[in-house]
Amino acid sequence: MLRIAKLPIAVFALAIMVFPWTAHRIPAIEHYPDIMVFAGIYCLITMGLSLLMGYAGQISIGHAAFFGIGAYISAILTTNYGMNPWACMVIGMAVTAVVAVLVGAPSLKLRGHYLAMATLAFGIIIFIIFNEEIEWTGGPDGMSGIPGLTLFGFEFNSVERYYYLVWGFVIAAFIFTVNVIQSGTGRALRAIHASEPAARAMGVDVSRFKILVFVYSAVLASLAGSLYAHYLNFVNPATFDLFFSIKLLIMIALGGMHNIWGAIVGTGLITFLSNEWLHYFEEFEVIVYGAILLFVTVLLPEGLAGVPGIVKGWFRR
Amino acid sequence: MEENVLELQGVVMTFGGLMALSNLNFNVRRGMIKAIIGPNGAGKTTLFNVITGSFPPTKGTVKFKGQPIQHLKAHKIADRGISRTFQTVELFGNMTVLENVMLGCYTRIRTSFMASGFVLPRSRRKEKRIKESALKILKFIGLIHKFKDSADSLPLGEQKLLEIGRALASEPELICLDEPAAGLNETETHVASSLIRAINAKGITVLLVEHDMKVVMNISDEILVLNYGQKIAEGPPQNIRNSPRVIEAYLGAGEV
Repeated sequence: MLRIAKLPIAVFALAIMVFPWTAHRIPAIEHYPDIMVFAGIYCLITMGLSLLMGYAGQISIGHAAFFGIGAYISAILTTNYGMNPWACMVIGMAVTAVVAVLVGAPSLKLRGHYLAMATLAFGIIIFIIFNEEIEWTGGPDGMSGIPGLTLFGFEFNSVERYYYLVWGFVIAAFIFTVNVIQSGTGRALRAIHASEPAARAMGVDVSRFKILVFVYSAVLASLAGSLYAHYLNFVNPATFDLFFSIKLLIMIALGGMHNIWGAIVGTGLITFLSNEWLHYFEEFEVIVYGAILLFVTVLLPEGLAGVPGIVKGWFRR
Repeated sequence: MEENVLELQGVVMTFGGLMALSNLNFNVRRGMIKAIIGPNGAGKTTLFNVITGSFPPTKGTVKFKGQPIQHLKAHKIADRGISRTFQTVELFGNMTVLENVMLGCYTRIRTSFMASGFVLPRSRRKEKRIKESALKILKFIGLIHKFKDSADSLPLGEQKLLEIGRALASEPELICLDEPAAGLNETETHVASSLIRAINAKGITVLLVEHDMKVVMNISDEILVLNYGQKIAEGPPQNIRNSPRVIEAYLGAGEV
């Protein structure tokens, strides 16, 4: 049975809760909660991607676009129309869901490389739109003045407050995703991954499920985008380029695609690498990502999530 | 007993210029074991794929319990009560033996995406029912002791049994077995044959494609012989055994 243990989830949630409180007391890592806000935002995307890629076996190299759609809808509706940010967040998710259905329905009929190319093209198109629709998006200069978030008069105006907001979303989405994985729906998704003809012969509506997971992962990415926009109060297209889509893939490949924990671990590591630890490398940073991807695919095909299994294997011998 | 579960009328299947099935008519009566035999490339697997909705026939109708189903997609046909196995085993190798059978219950008991995400008490009860029913089937096919193993790790004989078990989990009225004995040794073949009989004894109609003549002659009530996509004979085993057209199709025309 595929069971995801509850204890690690509780420990993880607790660690997340006390982290800012401890980090504050240690000067060298004082600013880590800020990085963790970004890690949480990216975790929302990679969790959905993990369900899509690791469990259902479909690839997407266009998720930066969904992230961007959420961010821009929040940015445009709040700054130009003064709408309530929470409403914009929901509108962003709804619009993204519609876009994901329109993109997913034809492209998820493709497999392997072809699906990769289709989602890649979609990502590039959306990136061009962000750059060119200057009237709406501000073009390459981006948009500033995006308001922060408040809830019943409570302002999420400090790093800590935003940290708890983001990670609250992450933990909720994590639990939802884990539940899906452990249910009959998760079983159907893994069945699609293993054999589409057999899944169909057992009554699984394969195309519907593929679209459903694609939409779910896109909606999570959109939510992440809105949270990103309201945290930075600024968006520009460069955030949502092709490289970001690839970075998302590196995150789940490093952590391990076939395990939901892999998404969390991989995302955390890559976020800290790119926001903090790789600054020495400057533009050569990309080479490090390449090396990581190469190392993981050759030596750790199951990612870091596969390491406990490998270690257990050593002891058994 | 005389009721037809499956009726094929004028079924034609062409792939480009190749006619895989030409104007095929036959019926399968409820409760029988019917075998389809024929030389390689006769169209047996194509016929299975048409019946189970892998692709629609170019022409003709397929009726299941009197309702035309030839336009339905595979998963809809599964919902109606036709289940199948595959010639080359198509198990979910990344899942355990139990999970494979549990997925087989999908046509009967399913939860929506949202309900599974929020773990409503209802979905938890459903999951329990699925598990109980899957365990029962594993007992029936004799694989209960391996329920935790990954499906990939089983020997071929057991993989074939598991595939049949997964198909049974949907509680079909008609089960289509594509070469259940292919690649099995004598003992395994014997196990598979008795399993097919036991399935039939439960009242499930069986349609099977098989090359092992001993199995076919032993267990089937009726045999349909295909050659180049055409029906060349149909009837009880003893008639087929002695049919000159069948012998010719298998051994070639005796010119010497």
